[in-house]
Amino acid sequence: MESENKDHTGSKIGMWLILYTEIMLFGGLFVLYAAYLKKFPEEFFTSGKQLDLFFGTLNTVILLISSFAVAASITSIRLDKRKLALGMLWLTIFCGLIFLYNKFIEWGHKFEVGIFPGSETMADLSPGENIFFGLYYVITGLHGLHIVIGMALLLFSVIKIYMNKIDKDSYIILENSGLYWHLVDLIWIFIFPLFYLIV
Amino acid sequence: MLNAHIISYKKLGIILTALLILTGITVFMSTLDFGSLNIWIALIIASTKASLVLLFFMHMKYEPWLIKWSFLITVSFLAVLIGFIFWDISFR
Repeated sequence: MESENKDHTGSKIGMWLILYTEIMLFGGLFVLYAAYLKKFPEEFFTSGKQLDLFFGTLNTVILLISSFAVAASITSIRLDKRKLALGMLWLTIFCGLIFLYNKFIEWGHKFEVGIFPGSETMADLSPGENIFFGLYYVITGLHGLHIVIGMALLLFSVIKIYMNKIDKDSYIILENSGLYWHLVDLIWIFIFPLFYLIV
Repeated sequence: MLNAHIISYKKLGIILTALLILTGITVFMSTLDFGSLNIWIALIIASTKASLVLLFFMHMKYEPWLIKWSFLITVSFLAVLIGFIFWDISFR
């Protein structure tokens, strides 16, 4: 047995501190969004309509289900149901992959019609539309990066469970990875209405 | 100290159902036209969803006061950031 004296609460507080910096990071970007929405309301409304509501809603549902799966995997590991915990984590990672695939399709469609940073079509758009799509790429791109990091953390937890390093008595790594994944979901909960539901 | 509280599958399932229903509601509301109120309705529903994720999936409801308060302080700083910037741009 290595490191028997684990500070569970201390680790969790450390994780929350990281999450606070993430909240401020995305919070800053949302402030930028809000300030420009106030300046260019009409342009934001017409640009928002060009985003695919189907993919936006689908990805919201996928992330909510994956968040549930992570929470269920923590409950499972604490009840000593190792197999179920692993199943739930694989489901979460699978959800993450589908999310990224949808995002790839979605960005791909936008690239096809010439809307991507630095394109001629973007340069010809009005300033308001240009800013909307600029923010769309920055915020969903940064969020996508967080999905990848979250998946890596969860994969790390899966490996630790296979190695019996995570069990019903020691599961802080899984819990902290789960917290990160939930935060990614939390941020998407705000991205979704701001970009897809704006009418 | 290990946190003694374990959230049951049933409770997690109820929260997921509530989140999915709220997603349905917010998509439906966006098809109606309330003018500038639309964005506020969407944000209120989003905040409700975020609270559910935070309290139950992220276990906040059962955490010690230190985590609860540090989270609230973070959100207050975010509110100050948003508030002061709008205070500025609204009166230019």
